[in-house]
Amino acid sequence: MLKTTLKATIVLLLLLITSATIQAENHPTEVNSDELYNPVPAIMHHISDAHEWHLWGEGEGSVTIPLPVILYTEGNLDIFMSSDFNHGHLAVVKGNRVYSIDSHSNITESSGLKPLDLSITKNVASMLLALVVLLILFVGAGFKSKKNKGSPNGLLSFIEPLVLFVRDDIIKPNVGTNYKKFLPYLLTLFFFILINNLLGLLPGSANVTGNIAITLVLSFITLLVTNFSANKSYWGHIFNPPGVPLALMPIMIPIEIVGIFTKPFALMIRLFANISAGHIIILSLISLIFMAQSGLGNGGAFGVAPVSVIFVLFMYLIEVLVAFLQAYIFTLLTSLFIGLATVEKH
Amino acid sequence: MDPMALVTPAIGLMFWTCVVFVLLLVLLKKFAWKPILNAVDERNESIENALKSAENAKVEMQALNADNERILAEARLERDALLKEAREIKGNIINEAKEQANVEADKILTSAKEQISTEKMKAITELKNTVAELSIDMATMVIKSELKDADKQKKLVTEALKEAELN
Repeated sequence: MLKTTLKATIVLLLLLITSATIQAENHPTEVNSDELYNPVPAIMHHISDAHEWHLWGEGEGSVTIPLPVILYTEGNLDIFMSSDFNHGHLAVVKGNRVYSIDSHSNITESSGLKPLDLSITKNVASMLLALVVLLILFVGAGFKSKKNKGSPNGLLSFIEPLVLFVRDDIIKPNVGTNYKKFLPYLLTLFFFILINNLLGLLPGSANVTGNIAITLVLSFITLLVTNFSANKSYWGHIFNPPGVPLALMPIMIPIEIVGIFTKPFALMIRLFANISAGHIIILSLISLIFMAQSGLGNGGAFGVAPVSVIFVLFMYLIEVLVAFLQAYIFTLLTSLFIGLATVEKH
Repeated sequence: MDPMALVTPAIGLMFWTCVVFVLLLVLLKKFAWKPILNAVDERNESIENALKSAENAKVEMQALNADNERILAEARLERDALLKEAREIKGNIINEAKEQANVEADKILTSAKEQISTEKMKAITELKNTVAELSIDMATMVIKSELKDADKQKKLVTEALKEAELN
């Protein structure tokens, strides 16, 4: 019930923001000081990836953590810090290649070469941070469990129930009897998504699991694991659906083949949309204060702020829930797909 | 900004996600999932074993108790049997003793009777002898006194001769 309401809200907001963006794009020259504050650029900036980790401040006074830019252009590997761009004001010259960055963090080469951007962007940095957090938590717990033979204590007593919950309540019932083979992958998947979701909720952090590239990779791995572990009965259902008349085969087989891809595709969209939407809602609610200020003056801002803060707090708590829920759903559905692909004839 | 940018995956980010995820998978598999789950499985096993052995011990205890009770009951039965036997033996002994005493008493009685009768006979014989002697003595004395005077002796002889002639 809550999820449906949440999703409906998310979709609506996504639509609203998209349309607002399009409108903003359509009238780029219209500069009017009396115009309402437009939250879309700020929101988009917050949920998008960047080559530098922006903390606070605007323009010249902004505080950012520079991140390494790694470009592979026509056989040349160019590595430099994002601060070399000086917030996009300067071009970086490496040999005969001149790089410049636009306001949306797209790096271009002036002579028309297409650089392959392998930079440690904000999201990559956040993901590496998640890697460190995960290693500290779980490798620490792993060493502890090797050492102590009694009941778990300390860090392990916190980690172990989580791991057991994922194993016994998500993986075991859905994958089926040969779940042991998939345990490392599914556990890693769950905790990777969970930690990235939770890190994404920290103020100033990146929107990692709300980025389509990351959810695409995760769901692509699901696609690979599902189909490479699939047995005869799974492929039999796709290329020779039981109980389907021969005349319908030309329709059914393509549908089944498309079905192979729609399942992970839905996973990709679900995680991306849920996490992005959560961020967008929170940012929109905060933007309400600035919109009120631009429309009604400081009084309006003070009037709206308490309501806005209460809503943001509420949304934040829901986001914490969603962080767990989405990690749960992603892992659950992946387990289910693997289970369906590996189940013996029924 | 282009709204499509939000749903356009960046190659670099995909590359790094693969790297990070595979790295995590390898490291966590070796250093986290295996030791944690092994420890859990081992603990589960040891708990199960402990429970099983406790159950076994309980069953054994019950068997022991049952054994004990059986042994006790047997002992009780044996005791009762022994007591009964003892009582029987006691009765027998008493009866036997009584009988034996009776027999003995009879024996003693009969021997006493015999002795008494022998003694009696002896006494009677002795008495008879004594009486005979006394009577002889008396007869002697009588005869002596009778035969003091010759007349009387003559008379007696004649009388005796008379009698003998008659015979």
